[in-house]
Amino acid sequence: MDCDLIIVGAGPAGMSAAVEARRHGVSVVVIDENSAPGGRIWQALEARGAKDDDDAEALDTIRAFRACGAELHWRSAVWAIEANGTAFWIENATARSARAQYVLLATGTTERPMPIPGWTLPGVMTVGAAQIALKTSGLVPIDATWIAGQGPLLLLYTVQALRAGGRIAGVLDLSDGAAPLRALRHLPRALNAAGELAKGLAWRREISRAGVPWVSATNLRAIGENHLQRIRFRAAARERDEPASLLLLHDGVIPSVQITRALGCAHEWDGAQRCWKPVTDAWGLTSVPRILITGDGAGVAGAAAAAVSGRTAALGIAYRLGRIAAATRDALATPLRTQHARHRAIRPFIDALYAPRSSQPHDTTIVCRCEEVTAAQIRKAAQLGCLGCNQLKAFTRCGMGPCQGRMCGTTAAEVLATARNVPVQEIEPYRTRFPTRPVTVGELAAMRSAV
Amino acid sequence: MLGRSASGSLTIYFEGHALTARNGDSVAAALLANKIAVTRVTAPSGSPRGPFCMMGACFDCVAIVDGKPAVQTCLTPVRNGMRIERQKGARELAMPAWTAT
Repeated sequence: MDCDLIIVGAGPAGMSAAVEARRHGVSVVVIDENSAPGGRIWQALEARGAKDDDDAEALDTIRAFRACGAELHWRSAVWAIEANGTAFWIENATARSARAQYVLLATGTTERPMPIPGWTLPGVMTVGAAQIALKTSGLVPIDATWIAGQGPLLLLYTVQALRAGGRIAGVLDLSDGAAPLRALRHLPRALNAAGELAKGLAWRREISRAGVPWVSATNLRAIGENHLQRIRFRAAARERDEPASLLLLHDGVIPSVQITRALGCAHEWDGAQRCWKPVTDAWGLTSVPRILITGDGAGVAGAAAAAVSGRTAALGIAYRLGRIAAATRDALATPLRTQHARHRAIRPFIDALYAPRSSQPHDTTIVCRCEEVTAAQIRKAAQLGCLGCNQLKAFTRCGMGPCQGRMCGTTAAEVLATARNVPVQEIEPYRTRFPTRPVTVGELAAMRSAV
Repeated sequence: MLGRSASGSLTIYFEGHALTARNGDSVAAALLANKIAVTRVTAPSGSPRGPFCMMGACFDCVAIVDGKPAVQTCLTPVRNGMRIERQKGARELAMPAWTAT
């Protein structure tokens, strides 16, 4: 055994878990793909510096994390976890491994794939991608940039890009027009998080004050030869055609389930967020005894909730390791659970307001970006008797490229479900397998174990 | 299109052309800052692709970096003097010289 606990991911959940675990004498190894702590939401924050109170609070968390005594591995990509608590990763072009009593996954989310015609063209990116480019490199949209989709991140990025001097041609709101009405019944509970609601409204006002058109649209298409040149969409009952050099897509975020799926953890369907998430107990423990998951990867609730759930998971681990008594664990966890409930109060409202819809792309639209499999090919496979995503691999190669289904998994299931006329949660999702990232023979050959 | 005013003090080479980059840039971000959106062409159809997710999930930004194929440029920090080539189709294996005989 190399340590008590391996944490994968140093975002809000992973960092908070590490700090809490260290406080109770748990030895911790943290593995993260990035060069510095913060995850995606606080990416490069140490380099950028705090711009507001939220940033300042995040920097405090990062400082506490840096000082907590956990062993940190940066630019380290995990490619396998074994049920016995062993993690394998690539660091400096060398495969490495370490074994712990428990592995806590704090691997967060990816953006829900949003397949529209032409979404594989260079010049079409995700909103999250543009936000990373802004945070790490100060890149802003400079001309003919359109932002399309729905969700809080879309609003937030638009505001951040404008504040950083970016120019945006327009925002295409692709949300369901009837969604606000359905969200209304969740508003009373969301008022418990009035600050968050006010923030969202302020962002919306800031965007309109900046003169950025906000257009309710449908039928969005990206058009170009070797690069995006134009977009077409339907708005106010007419077709519009606009020049575009950058189109940013966003339809919310979903848990990254690559590792938990490969480990064989049980998952459950989240109807409100229309995605799968790992089943956990109140301390983040999955159905696989040494494997825990915390933060948005266990169900999307935002950074503040993620930080709190990370601490809760760490308390559960400290107890299981015999470092704290059950009474201590519970006493420390009770206020955290209250905080968590407060942070979560706004979620039903947000989930209803930006309710994801079943993605049913045009026949010619590419669903699997790696293997270039279209929606028509998936529908054809269903006609031929294909039942689920794993059979779909054999029928079409959909999901068999290097992204291992990250970009097509949700869409492939939705298209199959509609073609077979069954609820999407009845479609067997991809069975992912380790390595969950490509590993070269050279990296494996250079392998050394222990930390 | 993405851009920025300050250009940075590092030099990288894309398909032999010198570009400037900033410390802290990923290779993908540095290329985007230089208006380069195509880092590879796909193996199945030969279509152009470039950075899409910027977080290591989509594998569309892979390129040949300092001779190493299929490198995820969004996860790779720039270094002064780095040489990047577009990856055209599937990666090629670097075979030892004796296999040529």
